[in-house]
Amino acid sequence: MSALIQLNNVTKNYRRGKEGIAIFDGLNLTIEKGDFVAIMGPSGSGKTTLLNLLGGTDRCDGGQIIFDGERIDGYSEGQLAAWRARSVGFIFQFYNLMPVLTAAQNVELPLMLTKLPARKRRDNVETALKIVELSDRAKHKPKELSGGQQQRVAIARAIVSDPKLLLADEPTGDLDRNTANDILRTLQQLNRELGKTIIMVTHDPEAARFANRTLHLDKGTFAEVTA
Amino acid sequence: MTDFDLVRKNLFRKPLRTILLTVSIFMAFLIFGMLTSLNVALNRASESGSSAERLVVSNKINFTQPLPIAYVNRIAAIPGVTGVTHSSWFGAFYQDQRNSRFVGFAVDPATYMTLYANDIRLTDAERKAFIAERTGVIVGKSIADQYGWKVGQTVPISSNIYVKPDGRRSWDMKITGIFTGAKPTDSTAALYFHYDYLNETNTFGRDQIGNVAVRTASSDLNTQVAKAIDAAFANSPYETSTVDEKTFAQAFLKQAGDLNFIVTMVVAAAFAAILMIVSTTLVSAMRERTKEIGVMKTLGFSSPRVLRMVLGEALLLSTMGAVLGLAVSAFILAGLSKSPAASTFGDLSMAPIVALSGLLLAITLGLVTGAIPAASALRMSIVDALNRR
Repeated sequence: MSALIQLNNVTKNYRRGKEGIAIFDGLNLTIEKGDFVAIMGPSGSGKTTLLNLLGGTDRCDGGQIIFDGERIDGYSEGQLAAWRARSVGFIFQFYNLMPVLTAAQNVELPLMLTKLPARKRRDNVETALKIVELSDRAKHKPKELSGGQQQRVAIARAIVSDPKLLLADEPTGDLDRNTANDILRTLQQLNRELGKTIIMVTHDPEAARFANRTLHLDKGTFAEVTA
Repeated sequence: MTDFDLVRKNLFRKPLRTILLTVSIFMAFLIFGMLTSLNVALNRASESGSSAERLVVSNKINFTQPLPIAYVNRIAAIPGVTGVTHSSWFGAFYQDQRNSRFVGFAVDPATYMTLYANDIRLTDAERKAFIAERTGVIVGKSIADQYGWKVGQTVPISSNIYVKPDGRRSWDMKITGIFTGAKPTDSTAALYFHYDYLNETNTFGRDQIGNVAVRTASSDLNTQVAKAIDAAFANSPYETSTVDEKTFAQAFLKQAGDLNFIVTMVVAAAFAAILMIVSTTLVSAMRERTKEIGVMKTLGFSSPRVLRMVLGEALLLSTMGAVLGLAVSAFILAGLSKSPAASTFGDLSMAPIVALSGLLLAITLGLVTGAIPAASALRMSIVDALNRR
């Protein structure tokens, strides 16, 4: 396997009033292509900040972030937006679906950023909904779906444009155990069958078991790595 | 799905709010459409029939005050004057003073028909018949159509000013012609009859007239001729004020006040109120959607594209309200134009320039009301947006 993501000596600071707080001070990380990594750690350890840096929704103050051999830390806002659209799928704890759109329309959103013709878009949306076993809910709006179903729509949205990387921030944090396991099995399936690289932030050790390996982040450094 | 679909769905996520906002904008554009059209019609009416070579001589005190008829011949003798006629406001109505008033003048037919041949379109036969018939009256086509009047018919025309010796206010007049205007949009809600017929049967103001119309050899001579006329009657009991026709017509219309100013102020007040309401509501609506905007940016929608969508919502909202408001005002104006009382103001139907101005105003309103939420969506950082509770 080759590296999909490399963080080299990354630093990130936050300013709280006049005080600067270092979240990362020389963080290094390598994620291989096709890996499924769980990141755990206490609140405030920098898990979400790490996910933001990996997803290009936040910027590091120093160091390098390399994605598939290309440095993305120097990208402009526009370049980062285009990179996110083609390379990263996002799954959030609270699904973050558009309430005014149907499941199919929510899934179609990332395809609005492509030049695919309408027919091809519809095909891709159907395929993505089929993968998450929600074809029969395509015309339902989020409020007409259960939490688990909404998260499945969010997963379909994340994979519809066939990105190399999926970033999941507490994807089961709002779900009961059984539903959470269903979602995690879906992520595992995406990793094993479609070769998606997945990085999942979670507090839940049960959820972490679905990953290939778990990284423990504490005070801005990886304290422990378990397979 | 297109960006427009997304804009439309977002705009109607709270239908009641959107409907109420649309109604507010609709009201503003209804006011704009009605008042601006009225103003345009009045300005057009003051310009139509106005000639650069014609002057109007009226009493210096006020144009409602009379002048002696003897002035007509004295004015005709002033150098530069090539034609003279006179007219007197009759305060005409038919049967019901409230609902059937129209412009009515007692004139000297022969000279009036010469000076206003281009503005009052009659056949030669009708013109000759009007001049020959002492009780003759020529009526505009819109009045004739309204009451079904025909040439040869005798109709009682009443005055809200003059009274006959027997106390009646009505004069029987024989229709000798039905005239049209120089342009289809010119008002024809008017009638003209013999001054002599009025003067002989009237109980007051004998041998007095309303104003004198003067044709000059050239518009270049207007200032000089006007000064000469006013100088000729200076220090007399009936001093004169001589101006070109357009100025006179505008002064006539300004009896009701400076309509341009009033219309501008009313429309501005309506739009200022709408601007505040729509801006505040859109800012609040956008704040509710902060997280969604953060998600869209996370998915890869660029900040300029998000800005365009937010502006698009404001533009769609203002355009909907504007199109509805302008359409309804155009419909009402079209109905009013058919009423002879209203057609005194000329053609009230909405002019293309009013519709175009309305649409430009709608775009401006959309851009202004959408500017703050769009700018905040543009600047919004993804991390802050997603962390918003």
